[in-house]
Amino acid sequence: MGIFDPKPTSRPRTEVVNISRRHFLQGSAGLALGVYLSPLLMRGGRVQAEEAAAGEGDDFSPNAFVRIGTDGAVVVVAKHLEMGQGTYTGLATLVAEELDADWRDVSVEGAPADAERYKNLAFGMQGTGGSTAITNSYEQMRHAGATARAMLVAAAAERWQVPAEEIHVREGRLRHEPSGNESGFGELVEAAAELPVPEDVTLKDPDDFRLIGKLDTPRQDSPAKTDGSAIFTQDMTRPGMLIAVPAHPPTFGATLASVDDSKAREVPGVVGVVRFAGGPHRFEGVAVLADNTWAASQGRDALSLEWDESEAFTQGTDEIVAHFQELAGQEGKVAARHGDAAAALEKPATLVEAEYVFPYLAHAAMEPMNCLVELGDDRCDIWNGEQWQTMDRQAVAELLGIAPENVSLAQLYAGGSFGRRANPQSDFVLEAVSIAKAARENGIEAPVKMVWMREDDTRGGYYRPLNVHRGRLALDEQGKLVAWHQHLVGQSIMTGTPMESVMVKEGVDATSVEGAANLAYGVPNLQVELTTPSDIGVPVQWWRSVGHTHTAFSTECLIDEAAVAAEQDPVAYRLALLDDKPRHRGVLTLAAEQAGWEKPLDAGAEGEQRGRGVAVHESFSSFVAQVAEVTVKSDGSYSVDRVVCAVDCGVAVNPDVIKAQMEGGIGFGLAAAISGEISLDEGVVQQSNFHNYQVLRMNQMPEVEVHIVSSSEPPTGVGEPGVPPIAPAVANALYAAIGQRLRRLPLGTSLTLS
Amino acid sequence: MATLTINGQTHELDVPDEMPLLWALRDVVGLTGTKYGCGMSLCGACTVHLDGEATRSCVTPVSAVGEREITTIEAVGDERIGEAVQAAWRKLDVVQCGYCQSGQIMAAVALLSENADPSDDDIDSVMNGNICRCATYVRIRAAIHEAATSLA
Repeated sequence: MGIFDPKPTSRPRTEVVNISRRHFLQGSAGLALGVYLSPLLMRGGRVQAEEAAAGEGDDFSPNAFVRIGTDGAVVVVAKHLEMGQGTYTGLATLVAEELDADWRDVSVEGAPADAERYKNLAFGMQGTGGSTAITNSYEQMRHAGATARAMLVAAAAERWQVPAEEIHVREGRLRHEPSGNESGFGELVEAAAELPVPEDVTLKDPDDFRLIGKLDTPRQDSPAKTDGSAIFTQDMTRPGMLIAVPAHPPTFGATLASVDDSKAREVPGVVGVVRFAGGPHRFEGVAVLADNTWAASQGRDALSLEWDESEAFTQGTDEIVAHFQELAGQEGKVAARHGDAAAALEKPATLVEAEYVFPYLAHAAMEPMNCLVELGDDRCDIWNGEQWQTMDRQAVAELLGIAPENVSLAQLYAGGSFGRRANPQSDFVLEAVSIAKAARENGIEAPVKMVWMREDDTRGGYYRPLNVHRGRLALDEQGKLVAWHQHLVGQSIMTGTPMESVMVKEGVDATSVEGAANLAYGVPNLQVELTTPSDIGVPVQWWRSVGHTHTAFSTECLIDEAAVAAEQDPVAYRLALLDDKPRHRGVLTLAAEQAGWEKPLDAGAEGEQRGRGVAVHESFSSFVAQVAEVTVKSDGSYSVDRVVCAVDCGVAVNPDVIKAQMEGGIGFGLAAAISGEISLDEGVVQQSNFHNYQVLRMNQMPEVEVHIVSSSEPPTGVGEPGVPPIAPAVANALYAAIGQRLRRLPLGTSLTLS
Repeated sequence: MATLTINGQTHELDVPDEMPLLWALRDVVGLTGTKYGCGMSLCGACTVHLDGEATRSCVTPVSAVGEREITTIEAVGDERIGEAVQAAWRKLDVVQCGYCQSGQIMAAVALLSENADPSDDDIDSVMNGNICRCATYVRIRAAIHEAATSLA
């Protein structure tokens, strides 16, 4: 790839203050400190050498997940990304519980890329997603804490010459009451480090938990995220670092035809302009490198580029929807079948029929995609809100032709992700590396932080797939559900990714049909079909709760329509079909009780119509029911006033984090329900920023009540499962209010009343 | 050359007049607590105070700051209201991803400086300009009330 006359790098016009990690070490204290130390554990390379002088040699690290200093500070190494979902707090809770640490002594740092030690046990590789962080770590992190505790106890027993069984540990203190001996962790770490690591340790009986399930584990990341000291990728700097803002093609699949960068190079602060290579699953383009973000973005905007769109995808949303609607009327691949739905649907006593349309959705995390890359000879160091370590590392190594071991990935806080930062094609990480590579090949020897501006992020593709669902339900004379037929049409997320062989079976992508193919309701005849168009050039990706983002809507609205057709109460109708689903029943019953479902909803003011709707859905092995209350005004405007949510996620490790994830999941799902839509016109994404890709604002946020089902089942995730039920609960509530079924998302902020 | 008073200290910055204050703070001065979210005054992540008034730094050129004193998230806790708001945020564990929270806190401090006991409607009307994609709004609202109570 060429370069367009870069300016020399030696004379940046503005002074860039580089905040080195050492600066953080000096300037931070207490709980916030740990998160900046993550490169300490990196294997090999300059970073480790640089930090070796930091004097961590006396620490006690019995395993890859916990390190205790001579000062008694406990550092938990988090193998999962903290992107808001509370994982750092959750993982630390598990370790601290079994270690009997004082929560105030515990801090967390992000793990380096090292699949052997830090793989997600649910994936077999290192990465965060699928609401698996606590599920897969529950035993592993407790074991890590228990091992460290056993070694500290053994060290104390030896020092005090007393039986280990007589030593008690509580809140970071070891005590032997008969002898009066007492010690903190710090005094024992050197002795503990000399002991063999026990293979078998006993985990606590849940009745003895002091942290798990309790409310006194405040979030690990609260202090740093309230005083501006938390470091996201956007905030990370390296000595001499340049900012790169890329220009992307206007349509997916367009290629660069010509470049005029003369105006870009005139922008003060611009250091160089490079053309970077793309790939089958990522953009090619031109990046402007500058010593600050403003100059780079001004330079990028000053580029004059011509694109060859002969191979680009140039359809519009209307064409795609019409095409999918046609496909929905044809036969699809069978994703689930029992009984004979077609026969039962031939002459039903009552037929319920509906078609649903779901738009593309952007993740729109508050921190736009970005990635900091430092290339050396045969080496690549990356700082990123890193969610997908193993695959990103492999992809970067392949791109550069170096060994994966020579690629380091420091896991910084992510300013949201909602799935986007775990890209199955490593798109934005590879783009950053491609830019750094192009710069280096053209004489710009500097760490490069690629920054997408908001418009780049909104138009960057990898959306929640557009879907059309058609449903036909047969009811008998008593209104009982006798047949369920659904045909889902949407692009596959997994096809063409490294996960395809595992996730796509006989043409059915499991993530396209999750939540529909495994319908919870008991029905004697069921058929769920899927059609996966492969001729749509819009890149798609998982988006917080993946297939459930659309399947929960169509299934929960269809069952609601069936209840109304059967003239039965929507909660009672559902419960009658959930005989063998005790956890669905549990959350549905709890949410209905707490919402006062049995009592009529308070009437609205004159001219207002109020309604209440319900939805229950299992996703990622957690069960959530939500009851939404809405008010519709005579002009069609409406509000979602209150949402009562019940969740069963097994053992509730951090109840307040679970509550927060339900609150946030409801708000996130509501944003999509009300206004989320990426649309295309001749292949061009029509949205760009928060004025036309509208997200939820404070005045739209309902009151939320969360109730957690008490459970001793193994813990399951909460990052995603709060999202799926809210849209159908609201649509069902709006039906209850105004008698109109709303089957196309987004609903809009104002309804057309008939 | 611009002369700015930031968190009580004077800075001489060699930056173009039209550079938004956001990038001067982040990329030149090195105060990265103030965040970029949209660049169009749509999300509020870049909120700072100019003489105590909540201002979107992403659309405020350096040359428009003038003599006004700039306060950022890094120093807002030095003031009584800022300290109370940060404490309330921590007490209620408001944050999730945290990226927008500097702006949320700066907006909340400005609100409480003007209105010591805001109603939910008062909070909504001022805080509506600050987007939180994690939708921590329930807790933001509660934390503003909590801070108001603690300051009363």
